[in-house]
Amino acid sequence: MTIRRLEEQVCRLKEPVCQNHEAVVIGVSAGGMKALEILFSRLKKDCNLAFIVVQHVSPGSDEFFVRYLNERSVLTVKQADEKETIKKGYVYIAPPDYHLLIEEDRTFSLSVDEKVNYARPCIDITFETAAFAFDSSLIGIVLTGANRDGSQGLKKIKEKGGIAIVQDPKTAEVPVMPREAIHRVKVDHILSLEEIAVFLNNYCRTPDKG
Amino acid sequence: MQKLKPETIELNMLLEAIFVRYGYDFRNYAKASIKRRVLSHLSDAGCQTISALQHQILYSPQAFAKLLFKLSVNVTEMFRDPDFYLALKKEVFPQLLKRQRIKIWHAGCSTGEEVYSLAIFLTEEGLYDRCHLYATDIDDHALSKARDAIYPVKEMKAFTTNYNNAGGRASFSDYYRAKYDFAMLDKALKRNITFSNHNLACDSVFGEMDLIFCRNVLIYFNRELQDRVIGLFKDSLAENGVLCLGSRETIRVSKYTDVFEDMVPSQKIYRIKKQS
Ligand SMILES: C[S@@+](CC[C@H](N)C(=O)[O-])C[C@H]1O[C@@H](n2cnc3c(N)ncnc32)[C@H](O)[C@@H]1O
Repeated sequence: MTIRRLEEQVCRLKEPVCQNHEAVVIGVSAGGMKALEILFSRLKKDCNLAFIVVQHVSPGSDEFFVRYLNERSVLTVKQADEKETIKKGYVYIAPPDYHLLIEEDRTFSLSVDEKVNYARPCIDITFETAAFAFDSSLIGIVLTGANRDGSQGLKKIKEKGGIAIVQDPKTAEVPVMPREAIHRVKVDHILSLEEIAVFLNNYCRTPDKG
Repeated sequence: MQKLKPETIELNMLLEAIFVRYGYDFRNYAKASIKRRVLSHLSDAGCQTISALQHQILYSPQAFAKLLFKLSVNVTEMFRDPDFYLALKKEVFPQLLKRQRIKIWHAGCSTGEEVYSLAIFLTEEGLYDRCHLYATDIDDHALSKARDAIYPVKEMKAFTTNYNNAGGRASFSDYYRAKYDFAMLDKALKRNITFSNHNLACDSVFGEMDLIFCRNVLIYFNRELQDRVIGLFKDSLAENGVLCLGSRETIRVSKYTDVFEDMVPSQKIYRIKKQS
């Protein structure tokens, strides 16, 4: 990953594409812990977005990873609570063994509906409900993983006018999920984790005063 | 006021139509989940829009029955959240032991796995004969499966693991007989259980309960309906009565939060405070 390429990417995005963006949904499966750590340790405090993360984990997982990520990020990382209002500056992680849904009033709901794509939480469900709640002010990101969850939801985000970003499969620990998303969706950007962090930091920070 | 999107208006009108025509009240359910189910039903029903589905179900009870079936979420398992059952045995059972007659209500019991899980532990701790378990749900299909107590044999492996992790004292296979693809639970577990239809959204109080289970039901309701239901539980609990919610549900955001004290907050086990 050369710095030049990084800057080129960032230059192409100079239009104020995400000035009005409010939330980012991130779907990640196998290889997720490392990927999320790389991403969230790089995000800056003034990154003016709410983050909603759906990671495939085993049903019995405890909150260790949530605390771990919280220690490594300047943003506040927590598990998403039922009925909680989504706020900027927070990173919400889907609790294990529940689907995480976004209501139109931008609060969370949980469900124990059947697994979808062999997963609970399922990325598509969160992406689709978020697309409806946030319309074009949403950024969807699909990261490393070994199945095809996420691409359906990413498509919905595009349909609503949001931005679709996928981790460059060459840089992903497990490339199946990003590849699948690129294959099925006309994505806006294919970036490494470091570039995604640059992208979010540069174009979604709190507007400068004056 | 926030402007509603057309699709949301359509959904609200469908739920209103269902209520007026058939008496099922989904109006105060959390919308995102119900909408997902309605949308996925559209193609099965041969409808392009939610409004078309509304028309269809208004005129066809058969079509409504199909939608109703699609709307119910009966996902459950035996000894779901083993840590919860460990806490239940450790903290709640000693309190139950002091009573001669014990009344238990499983609200939203689905296909019965949760009720039989408790029945097994009550048996193992020598409490079962003093208990009566009232198990209710709005879904008659689920209730009839619950009465049968016959489950796919392929689920027994997961149930056994849960049972062991929950501190079961015997061998889980003692409690069922496998035949072909099915496992039939021991009939003795049923003798003090009554299954019946009860709708938390509109039916009333359920008698003097010592223990109420309502797990993974409230997550499907909006705040208003959650408050109604918790109010119902408050009025249904006997002195020192205990309320058990699902692992991601809490009493602490409800308007009745002050009526309950923590017993095992991490497992969402609460006890009603003494009336002063
Ligand atoms: C996901 S299941 C939970 C089953 C079980 N308690 C558990 O935790 O495994 C939810 C159940 O709540 C029932 N339910 C939904 N709305 C209800 C209502 N208004 N009154 C009673 N039961 C309801 C559904 O029919 C379903 O069986």
